[in-house]
Amino acid sequence: MSAEMKFDALLDAKGLSCPLPILKTKKAVETLTKDQVLKVETTDPGSKNDMASWAKRTGNEIVKVEEGSGTFTFYIKKKA
Amino acid sequence: MANKKMTIIASKGSLDMAYPPLILATTAAAMDIDVTIFFTFYGLDIIKKNNADNLKISPVGNPALPMPVPIPTLVASLPGMEAMATAMMKSMFNKHGVASIGQLLDLARESGVKLIGCQMTMDVMGVKQSDIIDGVEFGGAATWLDAASDAQINLFI
Repeated sequence: MSAEMKFDALLDAKGLSCPLPILKTKKAVETLTKDQVLKVETTDPGSKNDMASWAKRTGNEIVKVEEGSGTFTFYIKKKA
Repeated sequence: MANKKMTIIASKGSLDMAYPPLILATTAAAMDIDVTIFFTFYGLDIIKKNNADNLKISPVGNPALPMPVPIPTLVASLPGMEAMATAMMKSMFNKHGVASIGQLLDLARESGVKLIGCQMTMDVMGVKQSDIIDGVEFGGAATWLDAASDAQINLFI
C-alpha cells in the first residue's frame, strides 16, 4: 500500500470509451497551472496506452498509474 | 515547437464510417496536433445541418455487422432493417460510453479542428453552402493538397 498521492483536481472518466477519456483529460489539464496534478479515473482498458501516448505528445507527465479491479487511475502533472 | 499537422479526407456518410475521422480529429486536437478535415462525397452528410445524429448504418453488403441473429442479405434489404441496424448500433455505442457523432463534431469544432466542405461534390449533389453547419470553409482538391503538403499525417477515410 503506497502513500496516497496528492492531487489538485479529479476527473471521473469511468464508463467512457475512446476518445472521451483523452478529450476530457486534455480539457481538465488545461484548467490547471504548471506542476499541478490531475487525478483521472477510467475503466477503458485502452486508456492505459492512450494516456501514455497523449502525455508523451503533449509534454505532460504521468507521475503514477494505479490499476484496480477494472479501473485505472492516472496522476498527471501538468508540464506543458 | 510548431504543432504537428494532420489532414483527413472524410468521404463516407454512414454512421460507422463517420466515427473514425471524428475520433481521430478530436483526439489529435487534444494531442496538440492541428487538424483539417476535408468532407467530400457522402462525407458531406456529416456536416449538413442537424444531420450528424441522423446518420444510418446499412445491414446490406455488410457481413461483419453484429446482429442478434444471422440475417440473410435478402432479409437485410427489407424496409425497416436499416432503421433497426442503426438503432442497435447507436444503443451499443451509447452503452459503451462512446460519444455520438454530433457530440464529436461539436468537440472537434470547439477544439479548433478546421472543417472544409468539397465545393465540387456539393454542386454535383445539390448541396448548398447554407445546408452546411456554420464554421465550415469551402474548397477543392488544391485546398486539401495545400494542407496535406504541410502535414505529417494524411488519411483517406
